[in-house]
Amino acid sequence: MAYVAIADRDHEAHLHDPDTFITKYIWSQDHKVIAIQYGLTAIGIGLVALVLSGLMRLQLGFPDTFSFIDPNDYYQFITMHGMIMVIYLLTALFLGGFGNYLIPLMIGSRDMVFPFMNMLSFWVYLLAVLILVASFFVPGGPTGAGWTLYPPQAISPGTPGTTWGIILMLVSLAVFIIAFTMGGLNYVTTVLQARCKGMTLMRMPLSIWGIFMATILGLLAFPALLVSAIMMILDSLLGTSFFMPAMLAAGEIASYEGGSPILFQHLFWFFGHPEVYIVALPAFGIVSDLLSVHARKNIFGYRMMVWAILAIGGLSFIVWAHHMYVSGMNPYFGFFFATTTLIIAVPTAIKVYNWVLTLWRGNIHLTVPMLFAIGFIFTFVHGGLTGLFLGNVVVDLPLSDTYFVVGHFHMVMGVSPILVVFGAIYHWFPKITGRMFNETLGKWHFWLTLLGTYSIYLPMHYLGILGVPRRYYAYGTTDFIPESAMTMNTGITISALIVAVVQLIFLYNMIWSVFRGPKADPNPWKATSLEWLTPDTPPKHGNWGPDLPVVYRWAYDYSVPGAAEDYIPQNQPPDATHKTVDDHAEAVEQAPQDDGAPQA
Amino acid sequence: MSHEATHEDVQAGSHAAPEGGLRGVVADWSADKQAFHVPWGKAMMWIFLLSDTFIFSCFVISYMTVRYSTTMPWPNASEVFALSFGGGDPIPLILIAIMTFVLITSSGTMALAVNYGYRRDKKKTVMLMAATAALGATFVGMQAFEWTKLIVDEGIRPWGNPFGAPQFGSSFFMITGFHGAHVTAGVIYLIVVARRVANGYYDRTRGGNYEMVEIAGLYWHFVDLVWVFIFAFFYLW
Ligand code: HEM
Ligand SMILES: [Cu+2]
Repeated sequence: MAYVAIADRDHEAHLHDPDTFITKYIWSQDHKVIAIQYGLTAIGIGLVALVLSGLMRLQLGFPDTFSFIDPNDYYQFITMHGMIMVIYLLTALFLGGFGNYLIPLMIGSRDMVFPFMNMLSFWVYLLAVLILVASFFVPGGPTGAGWTLYPPQAISPGTPGTTWGIILMLVSLAVFIIAFTMGGLNYVTTVLQARCKGMTLMRMPLSIWGIFMATILGLLAFPALLVSAIMMILDSLLGTSFFMPAMLAAGEIASYEGGSPILFQHLFWFFGHPEVYIVALPAFGIVSDLLSVHARKNIFGYRMMVWAILAIGGLSFIVWAHHMYVSGMNPYFGFFFATTTLIIAVPTAIKVYNWVLTLWRGNIHLTVPMLFAIGFIFTFVHGGLTGLFLGNVVVDLPLSDTYFVVGHFHMVMGVSPILVVFGAIYHWFPKITGRMFNETLGKWHFWLTLLGTYSIYLPMHYLGILGVPRRYYAYGTTDFIPESAMTMNTGITISALIVAVVQLIFLYNMIWSVFRGPKADPNPWKATSLEWLTPDTPPKHGNWGPDLPVVYRWAYDYSVPGAAEDYIPQNQPPDATHKTVDDHAEAVEQAPQDDGAPQA
Repeated sequence: MSHEATHEDVQAGSHAAPEGGLRGVVADWSADKQAFHVPWGKAMMWIFLLSDTFIFSCFVISYMTVRYSTTMPWPNASEVFALSFGGGDPIPLILIAIMTFVLITSSGTMALAVNYGYRRDKKKTVMLMAATAALGATFVGMQAFEWTKLIVDEGIRPWGNPFGAPQFGSSFFMITGFHGAHVTAGVIYLIVVARRVANGYYDRTRGGNYEMVEIAGLYWHFVDLVWVFIFAFFYLW
């Protein structure tokens, strides 16, 4: 008998179903369980980052009030908040969480191609999180270098956490990258090599395209971070001088000489900019699917959407130095990077137009996932437009390192992806748990979060134009920051605290619904893509029952004229289009059995 | 079952006959089931190697950058890496030349192993893989010797050395260390796969398909190729 990877196996008999609790839920190789493990861990550590942001806001809104936050603490909070949010929450949640859950289900395979490595990926990720958390408890505390970890200050005396914190941070990042690579190789290979019959690349749902391209970006961008982490560990522990120039540190001549701090910035941002798209592309993909499903309309310009994802992914590797305008560079380079940055706006704008055109004259159902998806369009356009400002050298120079930047990147890569995360959780919750969440609580959660985040970040743009610098513990009295700006800071803090508390509604809704929610329909949104057509809800190990699904159409056949219903599932053969198919198990059986693969 | 048969199994239903040229590329990419006509293990190894290429490129580019940023003169590689035999004149780069030769030779034995794997010649496959692993281990051994000599005799340390720029030692130990770790991992990998060929593991689980040998081979050739770049950029420049 020829060997067939589990992802491609056509008969359940070859699967060894795990039976003990441990193999089923702990050392599980099932992509769905791994996805949930990833998701819960990421949300758990994300809550830590949320609490840290609350503490920072308390300090900024009410300076001289909280004696338990000193300047060092503030820098440590900033650093851990930024790093956790970007890497340990969003990257892990989109790729490890949604990537794991959705890829095999949406492309019609039984699992990832290499489930064992997929399982290891989660455990190594957990290790990375534990190392990161450990840095809160070591002498000196976590590093306070800012999430960009720029040397020389990251490892020089005076910065908090130079003894242990920075080392643990770098080691944790390296371990995270190993975990990501193990998972990422799986995601990419599964998408390329393990699709079911009929699932061509151009029939894949855009969620998969987004996750796929983001994973490729990760596999090519994380190496730069890994290398810079290794070199900074060596600088710090062995006293090499990769990044460290000769300098005075705390009044004494440091033992370094001849290194290049700018080299670190290049490596970091060669990773850092694609990282923005590692977070954004899955969000783009998922939001496209949410809009199409809940507007009962095919996505506008599917092909263009795919090409835009690929173009954005490619371009994201040649814009990194727009983060370094203030570091100084040859004007021609500034010109080059400003140009590429503005060019990226073209495919991005195409996507935005297509989202809006998908809504245009759609049969819009304002469900909770749909609200979040529409909210995303607003916040993303907003953050994207300020990005166009900052991409220009002359505009960036005065605005860099002010609250304008903080407002910009929170809008574009903080709020926007988070809204998609919420939308996606609400959207797939019935499939993942088999139960329905509470719609009313979901709507409260949406409106309070959307309006709350706007009232946090809109004023920040104004503060930035006034010149209020970022990464400051307290502002004291200055000429250029008026009293009213401080009042505004207090207001921002109050909004931030409200937004943080509102997330409890979400947690409560989710936890309550997992146990008490009403049983969900297998396809509550009447969606076409394969994950809604599994024989069981939640899907069992192996996903598809005896036979793999066969796909006959793209994922966006909504409101097709002449069809019996306003959606046609992907596995419905062309001649059956006019028949009503609401029993999905039946639909799977109806698919032709001869998929051409001779089975031994 | 033969290798070709497995191939058929996996891609059945996608294409009748493979097309060539640009049309073939388009047909492959737009096919269902698979984008490339290879087993997934091989595809995964290629993608991994692409990612690893970025790691090594970052290392080498960083080395070049610090070589320019440092304020002290860069040591002369052919003086530092010279070895004298029996009190004669030191011969520049002699050890490195031998190491390079050993590693390139191991690529040859690996290629032969893959070839015999496809012919299902278990014995020759295992022998050649063992030879490859042995050559790899020899390489690592010589590298250990080189490190010892540099550290003990020449006083080169990661943070400084008597010849000039401290970045010389830093880059040297970091890059050759990272590459040496790859070779060591490769030796272990080869031994594992060779054992499985020998004890019939692939006959039992994969119908006698030794494509794992080829996948291990991909990794091994990659590690050798990287060495060629390190040799050119670090030792010859
Ligand atoms: C309620 C939600 C959030 C609040 C209230 C918040 C608040 C803050 C504050 C006060 C700072 C420090 C600004 C400064 O002093 O310069 C900050 C920095 C930052 N935040 Fe958030 N944040 C939130 C969510 C997020 C999310 C979802 C992300 C994910 C991308 C994120 C990423 C960052 C980053 C990268 C930094 C920069 C850290 C640094 O300067 O090193 N934040 N945030
Ligand atoms: Cu950027």
